[in-house]
Amino acid sequence: MRRAPRHSYPGINLGEDHASADKFSEVVTFGFWVFLMSDLVYFGLMFAIYITMIDAQAGGPGPHELFDLKSIFAQTLILLTSSLTVGLAMLALKYNLPRPRIVLWFAVTLVLGLSFLVLEIRDFMNMAAQGGIPQRSGFLSAFYGLVPLHGLHVAAGCLWLIVLGIQLRVMGLTDLVMSRVVRLALFWHFLDLIWIGIITIVYFGGLTYG
Amino acid sequence: MDRRTELHRRERRRYVIGYGGSLLLTLTVFFIAHRYGTETPGVYLTIGLLGLAQLVVQLVYFLHIDRRRSSREDLDLILFSTLVLLIIIGGTVWILGNLAIRMHMGVM
Repeated sequence: MRRAPRHSYPGINLGEDHASADKFSEVVTFGFWVFLMSDLVYFGLMFAIYITMIDAQAGGPGPHELFDLKSIFAQTLILLTSSLTVGLAMLALKYNLPRPRIVLWFAVTLVLGLSFLVLEIRDFMNMAAQGGIPQRSGFLSAFYGLVPLHGLHVAAGCLWLIVLGIQLRVMGLTDLVMSRVVRLALFWHFLDLIWIGIITIVYFGGLTYG
Repeated sequence: MDRRTELHRRERRRYVIGYGGSLLLTLTVFFIAHRYGTETPGVYLTIGLLGLAQLVVQLVYFLHIDRRRSSREDLDLILFSTLVLLIIIGGTVWILGNLAIRMHMGVM
């Protein structure tokens, strides 16, 4: 059997320009996948609770009163675009583009991530103003258990972007820093996958069956 | 050098295709919701399937998961986690739904 060349790992990788970083990154990336998948199971539990709680509105405000589809639409586009820009940051690193280019894509991703959070928090505040607080009903408890959990992940991702941006400046393109960029890209793409689940199940599911 | 530029171009195109596909699916979903309302289960089924399609598009184009031999470990991991997830979600909804019916708590 013909052996594939060393750098044929087809997942997100650092390519042949960064052979040693790539070798290092391959193992930790797989470990990171394990983390992401356990995180996914956690999200799955929250989704399951939400589905069983859709009817438990206890006379409180429901999806039709609380959900603002325009804002959800904007958040979806922002998060999707940030998933592209973090991918472009990753490619800029992989193909040795000048470092300001990497930092630029990082900055764009950070701005998009923060705008997403601003819109989301504004939504929560509007919901709370209409009486949609976690204590109101089982439905709202489940909602606030799930959607802000995703928001918290995005916030953690933003913090990670900032820290990594600083490390890029201070430590330079060491193997460790490069492999962290790979993992950040994975994490960020993963958050967009969860968001697709949230718009489909939480928002549209809530509007259809709530 | 030339080969690398070519590789770079190809990979960037991959991200852009994934972005375009996801964008198209997202716009379709919100258009359907806007045009037909979100009340009927038929519409929701369509939205759900489009959501699933977008998951696959992003897994392939952003996360580079495919069926080539050397990415199988990632794929195995994802498939196993999905199985666990389906058991958890399916089991929860089944048991609690059943409970709700038996307790006459209204339709689940």
